[in-house]
Amino acid sequence: MAAKTQLLKVENAGIRFGGLKAVSDVNLELKQGELVGLIGPNGAGKTTFFNLLTGVYVPTEGSISLDGEKLNGLAPYKITKKGISRTFQNIRLFDELSVLDNVKVAYHSLAKHSIFSSIFRLPSHFSGEREMEEKAIEFLKIFKLEGSLHEKAKNLPYGQQRRLEIARALAANPKLLLLDEPAAGMNPQETEELMNLIALIREKFDLTILLIEHDMLLVMGVCERIYVLDHGQLIANGTPEQIRNNPKVIEAYLGEEVS
Amino acid sequence: MEIVQQLVNGISLGSIYALIALGYTMVYGIVKLINFAHGDVFMVGAFIGFYSITVLDIGFFPALLISMVACAIFGVLIERIAYKPLRNATRIAALITAIGVSLFIEYGTIYIRGAQPEAYPSGLVPLKSIELFGVKISGQSILILGTSLVLMVLLQFIVHKTKIGKAMRAVSHDMDAARLMGINVNNTISATFAIGSALAGAAGVIFGMYYTKIEPLMGIIPGLKAFVAAVLGGIGIIPGAMTGGIVLGVIEALVSAAGYSLWRDGVAFVVLILILIFRPAGLFGKNVREKV
Amino acid sequence: MNIFKQAKFFWTSIVLAVVFAVIMQFLIVGGTLNQFYVNTLFFIGINIILAVSLHLIIGVTGQFSIGHAGFLAVGAYASAIITMKLSLPFPVALLVGGLAAAVAGLIIGIPTLRLKGDYLAIATLGFGEIVRIVFLNIDYVGGASGMTVTHLTTWPWLIGCVVLTVLVIVNFTNSTHGRACISIRENEIAADAMGINTTYYKVAAFAIGAFFAGIAGALYAHNFYIIQPTNFGFLKSFDILIFVVLGGLGSLSGAVIAAILLTIISTYLQSYPEIRMVIYSLVLIVMMLYRPQGLLGTKEITSFFKGGKSAKGGVQHGSKNTVA
Repeated sequence: MAAKTQLLKVENAGIRFGGLKAVSDVNLELKQGELVGLIGPNGAGKTTFFNLLTGVYVPTEGSISLDGEKLNGLAPYKITKKGISRTFQNIRLFDELSVLDNVKVAYHSLAKHSIFSSIFRLPSHFSGEREMEEKAIEFLKIFKLEGSLHEKAKNLPYGQQRRLEIARALAANPKLLLLDEPAAGMNPQETEELMNLIALIREKFDLTILLIEHDMLLVMGVCERIYVLDHGQLIANGTPEQIRNNPKVIEAYLGEEVS
Repeated sequence: MEIVQQLVNGISLGSIYALIALGYTMVYGIVKLINFAHGDVFMVGAFIGFYSITVLDIGFFPALLISMVACAIFGVLIERIAYKPLRNATRIAALITAIGVSLFIEYGTIYIRGAQPEAYPSGLVPLKSIELFGVKISGQSILILGTSLVLMVLLQFIVHKTKIGKAMRAVSHDMDAARLMGINVNNTISATFAIGSALAGAAGVIFGMYYTKIEPLMGIIPGLKAFVAAVLGGIGIIPGAMTGGIVLGVIEALVSAAGYSLWRDGVAFVVLILILIFRPAGLFGKNVREKV
Repeated sequence: MNIFKQAKFFWTSIVLAVVFAVIMQFLIVGGTLNQFYVNTLFFIGINIILAVSLHLIIGVTGQFSIGHAGFLAVGAYASAIITMKLSLPFPVALLVGGLAAAVAGLIIGIPTLRLKGDYLAIATLGFGEIVRIVFLNIDYVGGASGMTVTHLTTWPWLIGCVVLTVLVIVNFTNSTHGRACISIRENEIAADAMGINTTYYKVAAFAIGAFFAGIAGALYAHNFYIIQPTNFGFLKSFDILIFVVLGGLGSLSGAVIAAILLTIISTYLQSYPEIRMVIYSLVLIVMMLYRPQGLLGTKEITSFFKGGKSAKGGVQHGSKNTVA
């Protein structure tokens, strides 16, 4: 593996909705090729933090930069083009589109043919569309979804929908992949398959992955480093071993269970 | 003093908008539906008032009351027949249904009684105009303002001091939670339609008195403008609808006074688009974002 | 979808359209078709253009616009000015009508397309009304009494425009750009997260839809001898909306079929306008209660011949967002 260079740098980032500080003062760094977990009790602000990274929300304080380039205030689609792509906690596929078309949408920014050439069916339209189609089919093979290319996304079984969402996020060609509870609602066997898949794509695409997961054991198993968020603030950061023994983390989780 | 006179006219017209806007805003607040048929309930109210006065030979206030009761029933019927089955349908389906109901009432009325207009009888109530600081305020304006004010105060009382009002507020806040708390959601929604429609019916009778001419398509433009008023004040917010209606009425009166009376109908929509672009939650509303 | 098969289908449709156009031309010129049928045919053609152009905005991109008559009006008046005031030829009027409407689409689309659902619907409705009132107040175009316009719309121009509209919108929809629009309809937040410039595509769909509504306006103006602001009220917008909804939101062929059927029905009910509207409104209500997806749902008519291949389309069903 190449020398680990810094990919994502988050400095004092936060957001307030009206008077409410949903996330504040988050400092976080990811190095090229790392697989890092982000955990925390319900309502800790994990998804809000993802929304900050992807531009769904604009941070009201601090800065976020990818490869040294500042991302604050960019529209979500621009941030995606810069190299951050994500999945959603509640699956957001394009239900009425086929599996193939779902992935093709993510390839859209690579398309070279203009609206004009599509409307008048110029040669560049055909070559562009063919290239997208071939790429997408190749790609879906990795995810073992080539058997249901023309199936509508909404008709896939739940586990495959999750996989398709990851495939779609990867097709957008990210440097950093954000996974929001990818194992939610899966049985243990599906979860294990998913973890293997994540390991595989990380290797194959030289990815950096930030993973939100509710299930502590699972995160401990795969992640190299873990950040812990509680009440919108980072309370700990370290290896799984360090996190496991951190009294603040234990309190945050136990506190939740008691209440 | 011309300008003050125009202001008085604007407030009178605005209070009619406000009465209609209240129904829009209450219904939107509770079932998130733009009830396009609301303007037509207003029209039906005007006609019921007219027939009560001419056929039954009764006075203004009894006619107002009959019209309100009839419209309340009419509103509940519309809700039960057309909207209730769609409560879990898509927003687009509900909106299209509302448009359908609106067209049905308009053209159904034309089919039944023809498209010819009617003239409201004048001199129903002995009206004297008064002079205030050198401005002559017509008795009609006073009557309109007075009636609207009484109805709005009554509405505030119902919403904030009665059991059904509490239920309405609960359902508009969170329908599922309200149901779990033992509130009869269906009845509450029907009550909302009943109250909103009664106000529209009252507005119809008042409108008929003020402008004297009524016809089956009269509900369209005031209905749309009242909706603009509701959006202006912040849809779903009752004081917002009142303020929005009066503000819109005053703006229109001022535009007329400035000599652009042909543009008057356009102004409301310009206001609408501006408010939607710059402050979509309305004057009194809070911005709500979609959860991701 | 196989691209070569798609191309073959494309050329077959073109050839069929040309053959149909030539046959009809002979029937019209030869006088085999009486004036009543010719008029109905012209109505149908204009309504198909309107239905298909609105289909792009509502059915494909999922932006609920109910002010389409506004674009029709802009196209009608702009083209009438070209032929009647400036004495330029009809093709120029067609183009200018389309372009003027597209510009109107951009002007209204850029600020309002940030709005969602009901709010967008109301804003576009307001826009349609503003257009009508503006024309009502401009003396240059005759105010309330309107403009008289020479009859210049001929069958070749009409069928040419219909074919062009359908082709452009089908080609647009079946490309990466159309998929971008569909992804916005299906899930705007996810589309954004996949790198789709959602604003750009919403505005593009709006402008293309407006362009063809403007062309329809030019054909309309030069078919009816007179145009008045009252022709373009929101009842007209609802008429167009009904085509799209009845045909099935997301189905182009559905919109075309609905436009044809409803135009024929309303031609026969011409002398009973209120019955027509009562029937229309009842159909609309009953449809929403029992078959909200419309006649064809999201399918295209072609999919029935191809053995159930899944067609693109469908409306986003008011997805309930779970709490994150």
